[in-house]
Amino acid sequence: MAFDSLQAFLAMGGHAPYVWTAWCVTAALMLGSLVHARAERRSLLRDLKRRERRARSELSREEVDDT
Amino acid sequence: MWAFIHKLGSPKWFYDISERLQPWFWAAAALLILVGSVWGLAFAPADYQQGNSFRIIYVHVPAAFLAQSIFVGLAVAALVFMVWKIKVADMAAAVMAPLGAAMTFIALFSGSVWGVPTWGTWWMWDARLTSMLILLFLYFGVIALRGAFASRDSGSRAASVLAMVGVINIPIIKYSVDWWYTLHQPASFTITSRPSMPVEMWWPLLLMVLGFYSFFIALTLMRTRSEILRRESNKRWVRDLVREDG
Repeated sequence: MAFDSLQAFLAMGGHAPYVWTAWCVTAALMLGSLVHARAERRSLLRDLKRRERRARSELSREEVDDT
Repeated sequence: MWAFIHKLGSPKWFYDISERLQPWFWAAAALLILVGSVWGLAFAPADYQQGNSFRIIYVHVPAAFLAQSIFVGLAVAALVFMVWKIKVADMAAAVMAPLGAAMTFIALFSGSVWGVPTWGTWWMWDARLTSMLILLFLYFGVIALRGAFASRDSGSRAASVLAMVGVINIPIIKYSVDWWYTLHQPASFTITSRPSMPVEMWWPLLLMVLGFYSFFIALTLMRTRSEILRRESNKRWVRDLVREDG
């Protein structure tokens, strides 16, 4: 352990603003990419399902018209 | 060999294999970054000159590595797409570019923040800094070109050409610290030679670098799969898959 206490760890020997800013921006961008990728996948699947349902219901309507 | 390349290029095959690979890369990324962060932030000894500000290295160096590797990846994907017309390569390129831009931004931003206590300035038109800024604009160019055409194929080809031409910047970034030795120090982390820093500092850096690469691979697999579904949404197998999914 390079620090004696939690306060010392957070203070980073006076370099807290630099160290924590750099780390937080990095963490925010990486977590943001992950959250974005998940949301993208979810909304895409939702759209595809809706399209598939619509395509199927149109298909079945056509079958009804044919008879 | 050719059969393998074409199988690799089949969106369905890629979609299936990446589903199995993905969890491993996520797990590796989470583990490596978690251990690397705790080790680097709390356990690695402070630098005798820079004190604790050197702990920025653990995000700065991995991001800078990835920023350059992703651009090389873009150029390779562009070549594969242009020569063999393999669509999956273009889909991967499309999803890699924004992450590459984000990594370039992280490298520049963390470097600036680090520069204040270390160099006494957040920016200088040093060769390394300038060539990294150019890399950021190249990423913006690749992303913008892709979206700038009415037809997707034109956008793909334009973005591919810029990626293949722009990759010339990568060796310039790499050797900038040796050719013009102004502000930025030469590489302090290499796999091939003996570490120039104490091993207690070097190990967490290695873990972070590997963790960032795993994160990049996992995210690229995940987003390429989404891109495949989007572009192949009229294909039989995608429609079957969507129907089975509920």
